[in-house]
Amino acid sequence: MTATATSARSDLSELGRSETALRAFLHGLPGVDQVGAEQRAAQLGTRSIKTTAKAQAIDLAIRMVDLTTLEGADTPGKVRALAAKALRPDPADPSCPHVGAVCVYPSMVPYAAEVLRGSAGSGRPSDGPGPTNGAAPAGPGGVHLASVATAFPSGQAPLEVKLADTRAAVEAGADEIDMVINRGAFLAGRYGEVYDEIVAIKEACGGADAGRQGRPRAHLKVILETGELATYDNVRRVSWLAMLAGGDFIKTSTGKVPVAATLPVTLVMLEAVRDFRTATGRQVGVKPAGGIRTTKDAIKYLVMVNETVGPDWLDPDWFRFGASSLLNDLLMQRTKLKTGVYAGPDYFTLD
Amino acid sequence: MFEYAPAPESRSVVDIKPSYGLFVDGTFVDPADGGSFKSINPASEEVLSEIAEGGAQDVDRAVRAARKAYDKVWGPMPGRDRAKYLYRIARIVQERSRELAVLETLDNGKPIKESRDVDLPLVAAHFFYYAGWADKLGHAGFGPAPKPLGVAAQVIPWNFPLLMLAWKIAPALAAGNTVVLKPAETTPLTALLFAEICQQADLPAGVVNIVTGAGDTGRALVEHPGVDKVAFTGSTEVGRAIARAVAGSRKKLTLELGGKAANIVFDDAPVDQAVEGIVNGIFFNQGHVCCAGSRLLVQESVAETVLESLKRRMAQLRVGDPLDKNTDVGAINSAAQLARIKELSDAGAAEGAQRWSPPCELPERGFWFAPTIFTGVTQAHRIAREEIFGPVLSVLTFRTPAEAVEKANNTPYGLSAGIWTEKGSRILWTADRLRAGVVWANTFNKFDPTSPFGGYKESGYGREGGRHGLEAYLNV
Repeated sequence: MTATATSARSDLSELGRSETALRAFLHGLPGVDQVGAEQRAAQLGTRSIKTTAKAQAIDLAIRMVDLTTLEGADTPGKVRALAAKALRPDPADPSCPHVGAVCVYPSMVPYAAEVLRGSAGSGRPSDGPGPTNGAAPAGPGGVHLASVATAFPSGQAPLEVKLADTRAAVEAGADEIDMVINRGAFLAGRYGEVYDEIVAIKEACGGADAGRQGRPRAHLKVILETGELATYDNVRRVSWLAMLAGGDFIKTSTGKVPVAATLPVTLVMLEAVRDFRTATGRQVGVKPAGGIRTTKDAIKYLVMVNETVGPDWLDPDWFRFGASSLLNDLLMQRTKLKTGVYAGPDYFTLD
Repeated sequence: MFEYAPAPESRSVVDIKPSYGLFVDGTFVDPADGGSFKSINPASEEVLSEIAEGGAQDVDRAVRAARKAYDKVWGPMPGRDRAKYLYRIARIVQERSRELAVLETLDNGKPIKESRDVDLPLVAAHFFYYAGWADKLGHAGFGPAPKPLGVAAQVIPWNFPLLMLAWKIAPALAAGNTVVLKPAETTPLTALLFAEICQQADLPAGVVNIVTGAGDTGRALVEHPGVDKVAFTGSTEVGRAIARAVAGSRKKLTLELGGKAANIVFDDAPVDQAVEGIVNGIFFNQGHVCCAGSRLLVQESVAETVLESLKRRMAQLRVGDPLDKNTDVGAINSAAQLARIKELSDAGAAEGAQRWSPPCELPERGFWFAPTIFTGVTQAHRIAREEIFGPVLSVLTFRTPAEAVEKANNTPYGLSAGIWTEKGSRILWTADRLRAGVVWANTFNKFDPTSPFGGYKESGYGREGGRHGLEAYLNV
């Protein structure tokens, strides 16, 4: 980490109070050399993961999937089916692990909750200490329920609307909130505004009755929408901004703009969470989302996690894949490894 | 923990003969006095093959064959026809690249990842590039119709056996010369496979001759009176001996010798990428690189941060079986080289520098040396002055850009240097003042056939690569 961050270790929480301090800090982060970062990401992509290592990676990747549907055409039926798949991705093989979470729009949260927790909004654990993980405790089936909020995907709505959106999702039973940052404000250099908004949403993650009932607050994933930030320098700055403001996870993309998750962007974000932990002691999770479709891709990400931030992040509590079609490819490769032959696509459920 | 299962490249893709003769006048022949030596796999000490040792008589045969081919076939041949052969060689190298990469890794000890992704693509690129020049020599800036020199004697090192062969043979042939090449005694196998490729390409007999052997063979070759041009890549010590040997003769000489490159990291550098560059600079090819960034000059204000990141990154280096596709650092090429690395690093520790290596298990058989850094090194330490040619980095600090330049230049060598800063003007300011043949900015160890490469001072003279590389093989 930079000397700036190390020496400022105890002061980091104060940075958000002053626009000037925040700007000075973010602009004082070391730059990212584009060619070098892309070269390193490509190098890690050439690792050859075979046999036992591959089997281990596939199961881990399945456990890290945030099984996602974010369509205007989503219906309760579609969401129920997706949630069922999240619990039992491969009906033919009980040894297959469940996925990390289901990710849906706020209006669809109750239907997913029905399946994941038995009934809407009441299945969240109501006891136990507050979580220290990147992810909140899951429902009985072990699968988290994530919802996008804050006027996803553009984030172009008044703060009150975003807060109401968030509270509604939490009330409906989401234990993870995937918010989008205000990219317009970030690109215009209004870092304080972006910061304050994340802080406010984090607060709202406790629901309308935050603090009452002793319920753990929903965990906050901050979507940076790196495809709209254009440079790796910006990706590093906004990663720090989101972490300083209290994000539990930083996530690459909404999946709704042409450029979604890439290996170099994820590399820069992993370096940021690594350096943030060194500076503050707090660990933050990372979620690449959008465009990760194959087992081969997923394994490249896991290798990158392994060699950039180490085994501490090789856990669904700290690393997730935002994906939909990835799961079936993982299942197909898993079956191939076990049986030695590829099963046709009809042997894997389409939900 | 996420342990990578072994992922070895199959060695069955390459057929190694139990013994090899000398490649003279288009065929493999036995040496006149029947001598031979063994080439071993440095990762296992297993004998790979028995190699003929060329003596003075064999060198004479080879030079005569090259002269005949120059006079009768290759010299008079139009450039466009020479180009056809070079293009054909380039394509065959690409087609057989897996075979060549595995063989290079077996004989040299470098990781398959590097022979496959760096050496072989560059070898093919060099042949393609110089093939393009063969019929355009009049446009290279050396007059309307520059003439070749004749027979070129080429002696190459063991660190990039096939790539150095390509750097030597491709421009020589493109310019219309014929060659007698002596590969290093520890790594002759890819050169001998290249000889088979020349046969496969129907290259006229005698245009390329490969004479294997050690120092005596090399001496006989460069001292042979029938040679018009000598090109050598290797140590400064041998380079000096060669310069003395050809002094006063009509032979043209180019030398690419040792280095002790400074890799300068300024306080505004992109830290993560600079660390990658430092690792690539010194641990690429086990540090067996003449242009390796073996002296890290880091600005004092960021030294701690950079070193912390560097150590964390070094802990990720995978040292072991060179044929495993996930290996980052392979075997040291020979027992002799390992002894030299050990001697110099022991000297570093004895002179008071702090030594650090990541925890790593080294195989029992073979020649291995863990990636090592020395901190607290000063200009007065041997490890800051002498070329180690191994995975050993000496870390020095500086306070101002002027001091960085002063320290970087304070070496008898001058082959390469690296600059890491986000400030464009500082890159230009520094590069202007560094006395080094190649200066990389925010990157390291980047090679391209279009770009000239060569040294200042005791790192040698002459350039290889690019249009400049043709000059060494033309009568200009």
